[in-house]
Amino acid sequence: MNRLFDFMLPPEKSTTAGEVDALFHFITEVSLILLLGITAVMLYFAFKYRRKSEDETTPLITHNNTLEITWSVIPLILVLIVFSWGYQGYLAKTNPPDDAYEIRAVATSWLWQFHYQNGHVSTNELHVPANRPVRIIMSSDDVIHSFYVPDYRVKMDVLPNRYTQVWFEATEPGESVLYCAEYCGTAHSDMLADVIVHTQEDFELWLETGDAIDEDLSPAELGEQLVQRQGCMACHSTDGTVLQGPSFLGAFGRDRELTDGTTVTIDENYIRQSLLEPNTQVAAGFQPIMPSYAASLNDRQIDAIIEYLKTLEE
Amino acid sequence: MATSDSPNIKKLQVRRYPPEENPKKTYLTEERGLWAWMTTVDHKKIGWLYLSSIAFFFFVAGVLALLLRTELLTPSQSFITADTYNQLFTLHGAIMVFFFLVPSVPAALGNFILPLQLGCKDVAFPRVNLLSFYIYVAGAIIVLTAIFTGGVDTGWTFYTPYSSSAAGGNIMMMTFGVFVLGFSSILTGLNFIVTIHRMRSPGLTWNKLPLFLWGLYATSVIQILATPVLAITLLLLTMERLLGIGIFDPAIGGDPVLYQHFFWFYSHPAVYIMIVPGFGIISEIITTFSRKHIFGYWAIALSSLAIAFIGFLVWGHHMFVAGQSSLANMVFSFLTFLVGIPTGIKIFNWVATMYKGSIDLKTPMLYAMSFLFLFMIGGFTGIMLGALSVDIHLHDTYYVVAHFHYVMMGGMVFAFLGGLHYWWPKMTGKMYNEFWAKISLLILFIGFNLTFLPQFVMGSLGMPRRYFNYLEQFQGYHQLSTWGAYLLGVGFVIMAVYLFHSMRNGKQAKANPWGSRSLEWQASSPPPLHNFEHHTPVIIHGSYDYHKPMSEFQLGIPTSHNGHGEEETVTPEPGPAEEADK
Amino acid sequence: MAQPSLSVKKEKPEHHHFVDADQQFEASKMGVWIFLVTEILFFGGLFAAYIVYRAWYPELFIAASDELDVFWGAVNTVVLISSSLTVAMAIRSVQLNQIKGLIINLWITISLAGVFMVIKYFEYAEKIGKGVLPGAHYTYDGVDHEKANIFFSIYYMMTGLHGIHVLVGISLMLWLVWKAKKGHFSSKYYNPVEGTGLYWHLVDIIWIFLFPLLYLID
Repeated sequence: MNRLFDFMLPPEKSTTAGEVDALFHFITEVSLILLLGITAVMLYFAFKYRRKSEDETTPLITHNNTLEITWSVIPLILVLIVFSWGYQGYLAKTNPPDDAYEIRAVATSWLWQFHYQNGHVSTNELHVPANRPVRIIMSSDDVIHSFYVPDYRVKMDVLPNRYTQVWFEATEPGESVLYCAEYCGTAHSDMLADVIVHTQEDFELWLETGDAIDEDLSPAELGEQLVQRQGCMACHSTDGTVLQGPSFLGAFGRDRELTDGTTVTIDENYIRQSLLEPNTQVAAGFQPIMPSYAASLNDRQIDAIIEYLKTLEE
Repeated sequence: MATSDSPNIKKLQVRRYPPEENPKKTYLTEERGLWAWMTTVDHKKIGWLYLSSIAFFFFVAGVLALLLRTELLTPSQSFITADTYNQLFTLHGAIMVFFFLVPSVPAALGNFILPLQLGCKDVAFPRVNLLSFYIYVAGAIIVLTAIFTGGVDTGWTFYTPYSSSAAGGNIMMMTFGVFVLGFSSILTGLNFIVTIHRMRSPGLTWNKLPLFLWGLYATSVIQILATPVLAITLLLLTMERLLGIGIFDPAIGGDPVLYQHFFWFYSHPAVYIMIVPGFGIISEIITTFSRKHIFGYWAIALSSLAIAFIGFLVWGHHMFVAGQSSLANMVFSFLTFLVGIPTGIKIFNWVATMYKGSIDLKTPMLYAMSFLFLFMIGGFTGIMLGALSVDIHLHDTYYVVAHFHYVMMGGMVFAFLGGLHYWWPKMTGKMYNEFWAKISLLILFIGFNLTFLPQFVMGSLGMPRRYFNYLEQFQGYHQLSTWGAYLLGVGFVIMAVYLFHSMRNGKQAKANPWGSRSLEWQASSPPPLHNFEHHTPVIIHGSYDYHKPMSEFQLGIPTSHNGHGEEETVTPEPGPAEEADK
Repeated sequence: MAQPSLSVKKEKPEHHHFVDADQQFEASKMGVWIFLVTEILFFGGLFAAYIVYRAWYPELFIAASDELDVFWGAVNTVVLISSSLTVAMAIRSVQLNQIKGLIINLWITISLAGVFMVIKYFEYAEKIGKGVLPGAHYTYDGVDHEKANIFFSIYYMMTGLHGIHVLVGISLMLWLVWKAKKGHFSSKYYNPVEGTGLYWHLVDIIWIFLFPLLYLID
């Protein structure tokens, strides 16, 4: 349907998006009519009854109960329509169907990890099947985050001390952006992830093989891809800028002072240790905030990241 | 009060007191010098102290906004780091809310106008009034110290656990500063309520109370009921960081959503603290410049109280996606829509007041009309955000940012500026330049819409708020918004110039340049030190009785000296109470 | 009434911006009452936190409240109620223009408030001694509940804030004694005494709520 305010909304890519959009259009259009109507009356009065001489007098009109009731009741009816419409849509959005496919999401400052039922873990990439309800059960490792996919019109806060959930059914294969919508600190605006919708078969395949695309890359190329995809860049730059974590540029082979006062050389073992148990050896001057990648990287991928870091010479 | 104790006979001997033009002795010429100003208990001077402070903070927070908008010209970092950006938007929000919006109308304009509209010499507790100003200053100094010793990057909402454990900077001092500031707000509210209850002039009954005072009254009620809850919340948050008491911090066993309930229990009514006095100003301006009786006096007066009351029950609509129960969401959504009704009633009544009026499109009236237009947009988009299913999509996006800027800036700031221009001749005794005032308003109006209309679009397209970096698809909207913000800056600079200019070189203002019937205009411009120096005003007509001649509004009880003689003997005379003794 | 009594002699107000002393008295009384409303809401936030946590963890509150000393709590309740009585007698004295009685009653109230604070000090010292500290610093293991620290956070916040109010009350009454000695008060002007009295009753009432809510749960 082509409507006046279509340009204000992203494409509808979930089964519940249309419902939200219909209400959005209804409110916007009714509001526009009221806004223009009232403004026109106001401007008309301002012109028609403009002051023509300084000693003009005006009639005494104090109130009119019929009018007062009219302009209380009509808006009341309108907002009641909006209320029940909105509540209905909300209920549909909050109660997932029983057969929904479950994915566990963990938010950490500042990345997303998704755990699938077969033990597979992906970082900053949410893979889902099309045309099947998906239920995401979410928790946070630290502060409050919020799971927001505009294309699906879904949003839910991710809390540190309890589980929250969100569900949607993607209508077609493709990609959408997942944002963190609750302010969570320095790299809040980089806490983005991709939602990748597969057909049912492709999804099964992906679950089996994971990122099979890695096969034909050189280790350093694969490492670069992983560093970008796994959310490392939110805290570690490759150009020497110091963010929440030390920069990767020229890091390999250098000596680094740790928070406990000791010094280590950044070698293969230090990088491996930092990925698997990141907060055991924290570089001096930084906070122990890095999440563990033990579940999401295999040995081959860790090797690839090490190879990539070796290439980043100053 | 110096009226009769008898319940049935109220006959007063009154005299006509036309206000003195070009007064020699005014509150500005008496008790001069810096020390006298800093220790003054005069409500008019305290109003000025507040006005200059909030102007300062408005300038600071405005500059911060321009820096933020400049950074957002490009999708990635251009000239400040992410941490700096986060600190700047936190400060922009916190300063605007706590140091500008909350005190702007009540403490600055309200302090000046309220006793004048009541016909009393001062507020009930003048020294408490001065104390509340210095508490404001103390809070400001603490907050400024916090900014210069580490800064704060939590957002003005200080959500836990980010604020209690994760964030760096000097949050403890910041929240303590806002805590201190709260007492200033409480004391002002307390002072106003007592003054309105106890210090009205003879004849000023509740059904003649100017609507500005009804607005301030409703505001004061919210201030004294809601601010203590914010105070205790911020105290708990301060203790959270100082002692780790853990009530809100999940790492120690607390609950972060409880914090949000506490915070919004204050901060939603606080929205009404900011806007309700603005409603009052609009009622005054529209009647004065339409020279017509207000339409639906009681509808407007009571809707302010209704908003104040319902406003306490809707805080949960900030938390539709925070994990509260569906039932809670439904109730809060429903109540949210109910607040819309009294707000709508006001708008209809204001427009109806213009019907068959004698409308003079002076700057304050243009501000009032701009207010109506912009505030309606703010209101309608509020309805959008109250609808549960749509809010799930729009929550924490730029749509919300645009919505509350339309309410707070398009509504509240435009009402405040309208009031400032309206009462400027009374406060300074000088007229501002009408031409430049209109130019500046035009620039502000265009600039404002250019800044915030694109934000509605990018918000509903999915641009989350508080984002330092953003996706390239939003860049066009962000750039429009930034250019609009620059235009706003230009508009404010012009305003500052012509207002300062008018203070020194403006044309002398008449006592009642707008021909208003309201009591503050029956004092000279600027008023004498004790407002109605030589008499107690007597109110017989309502302040919107434009169908009656001006002379009937200039009545007062003659007294021997300054209204507090040892013995006030007023011989009652037979005859109608209105009879003027000339 | 046949004749309007406009010529009634009005008392001169203490502060000149009031029309007369009646207006001033009414205004300051109303001001104090409104201030007390804000105080109730201020504590109300803590009571809300209490209610929420008690609803979530009822067993915690029963277990943890055993750690509090009911005997000394009860003594303190009696002490505060007595002080409310003496402050009321102080107001009565000044209404009867008995300035000496006013001063004596104020001193008794101040001493009772002092006794309250001393008992409170020993209660705190005993708890801090065994590691019952708020929130993160909690080290005591006598209460078998993972959220025991939260109960004591609430306990310390509530009683601590109340204690600060007692201290403020003591200072206010010392100030009243000083003003009374300088002859500021009489049966015609005693607004500050009345206001402080109301404040002191509120401090008392808050304790009367705190005592059963914290000490007497089972």
